Amino acid sequence: MAPPTGPGRFTRFVRRASSEGKLVVQPRMGFGTVEQMRAGLDAVRTVDAATVGTITVDSYTRVNDHASALLALEKGADLNGFPLVAHGAAVTRELLAGIAGDDFPVQVRHGSALPGALFEGLVAAGIDATEGGPVSYCLPYSRVPLAQAVDAWAECCEMLAGISEPVHLESFGGCMLGQLCPPSLLISLSILEGLFFREHGLRDISVSYAQQTNQQQDIEAIHALRGLAKEWLGDTDWHAVLYTYMGVYPRTRQGAYGLLEESARLAARSGTERLIVKTAVEASRIPSITENVDALERAARAAEREAVAEPAGIPDSGIYEEAQAIITHTLTLGSDVGKALVRAFALGHLDIPFCLHQDNANRCRARIDDRGRLTWADPAGVPIPRARDLARNRQRLTARGLIDMLSYNERRYDHPSRTSHPR
Amino acid sequence: MTSVSSDSHMWNLVFLQLLLEENGGNVINLGACTPDELVMSECLRIRPDALVISTVNGHGHIDGLRLIRKIRGHSVLASMKVVIGGKLGVHGSRQAGSRAELVANGLDAVFEADADLGRFLDCLGLGTPAPQRVAPTEIRST
Ligand code: B12
Repeated sequence: MAPPTGPGRFTRFVRRASSEGKLVVQPRMGFGTVEQMRAGLDAVRTVDAATVGTITVDSYTRVNDHASALLALEKGADLNGFPLVAHGAAVTRELLAGIAGDDFPVQVRHGSALPGALFEGLVAAGIDATEGGPVSYCLPYSRVPLAQAVDAWAECCEMLAGISEPVHLESFGGCMLGQLCPPSLLISLSILEGLFFREHGLRDISVSYAQQTNQQQDIEAIHALRGLAKEWLGDTDWHAVLYTYMGVYPRTRQGAYGLLEESARLAARSGTERLIVKTAVEASRIPSITENVDALERAARAAEREAVAEPAGIPDSGIYEEAQAIITHTLTLGSDVGKALVRAFALGHLDIPFCLHQDNANRCRARIDDRGRLTWADPAGVPIPRARDLARNRQRLTARGLIDMLSYNERRYDHPSRTSHPR
Repeated sequence: MTSVSSDSHMWNLVFLQLLLEENGGNVINLGACTPDELVMSECLRIRPDALVISTVNGHGHIDGLRLIRKIRGHSVLASMKVVIGGKLGVHGSRQAGSRAELVANGLDAVFEADADLGRFLDCLGLGTPAPQRVAPTEIRST
């Protein structure tokens, strides 16, 4: 294992921006061909903001079907991201030459439960930042048994930890299925994945949270996340990253930018160091380079306009307390973090609402209450305080009821006059 | 009901299962990231009235085509009703080319993401007087 050497390139960049009062903004961008990918990274680099570059890999690479990715490249068929393994490390290294550097770190974003081949490829290509986690990239992204993903991620973390320059690893635990997962559960998962990374030798990490349906609640959640990160990961070089809403997105340009700008203000107000944006065409298709650039500029400007984090007035509805209860309980279930996570899911003590993965209990439910807050409809086996009282909120769900909840933000931003909920 | 091999999106599957069940359907949901072989073997085991493929990650034009070719090439499954829907490509809803190709290779129907769900239910012979039928326009405006 490498000796502690202080933060790596990615984190140094984030810290520098943060000390200058700038929010780091980052796209979710990935194209199939090297030419498009290079043009995209180049455009992001020259955006008037503190930007980090992203290579988002395609779905074949995520599920280790590199043959299909190669076939698509040969046929010139459209892919939904950059097939890093199919292109190979040498091509990827060349793609980044003259682009990635101290002033423009590049992160690989993927969604792979078994990331061995991908991690080998990205390390060989000289990339020093990526993300995911044994839970967050297994349950929402694959059919791989959770225990197998945990083993694969342990091995991969140790591989990264053995590299002399610190590699940055971000937990994707703050997203899960993108919507209808209670904030305290998202935060717990991100901290638990951070602990998993740390247990396997990594010191340069970020914890995440995805914007949900109520700004006040999100402020509380991020505050709780930061408090817990200080407690549990205080001996690492950590920062927090916010994802612009990851669920069903507004369809109109105005609505999409409204929600994006709200997330940028949320990041600024909560002292979050980095924001990963969504574009105006999120609801319908893969965005173009211009659409990505536009979104980054919008977000950066909105964050600049927002006054710096005001410490006063953070609401307390018990998110911190719930997350702390989930984390401490989970850690009692195994001799290491990986085993504890596997056992917690097997028992249904960790449980992601609506997730169809075979290792998820899928009994826990969330709902959006009359103030637009994402709350528990039934915690089922998740060990939060007052769980039994909350279970009474559960109602039979219809297709219509589900769509109503999923499209809450879409309605709110596309048709602001049609909702009685406060913005 | 199934996704395709590279697609991990689930909300589409959760929603369609509820919709079909509310309209009298009996659904076996194979979940996300379903390998072709699993879809084939489950269809052979269950012998469903129809196979509904739902995918939104933009690879449906490739994965759906490969899957339907395998299904139509199988002696037992060649005549099964198979429909696909969702966001099949990466350029938004107007992709006439891939739609025609999917139909030419044996899909009984291809639905875009914003297709009329009533037409989908009709196609499966479900929900004819449907008091709680959810039409997309209705979904959007409430
Ligand atoms: C939530 C979400 C996720 C979650 C999914 C969690 C999970 N496991 O389910 C997470 C964050 C994990 C995720 C991951 C990815 N996602 Co995603 N995701 C979304 C998002 C924001 C919402 C989807 C949703 O919940 N919809 C709710 C359901 C009910 O609606 P629906 O899926 O659209 O289905 C409706 C219709 O399409 C239709 N329909 C669907 N199937 C069928 C079938 C039939 C027969 C019929 C009649 C109708 C029908 O009926 C439904 C009701 O109206 C969409 C964008 C959006 N819509 O806002 C992107 C989106 C679908 N994702 C996208 C992509 C590309 C990905 C990734 C590949 C990452 C990437 N490169 O960006 C990965 C997937 C990895 C993989 N292996 O496939 C793209 C697809 C692009 C395209 N097709 O052009 C979208 C459009 C975002 C974008 N603009 O880039 N995603």
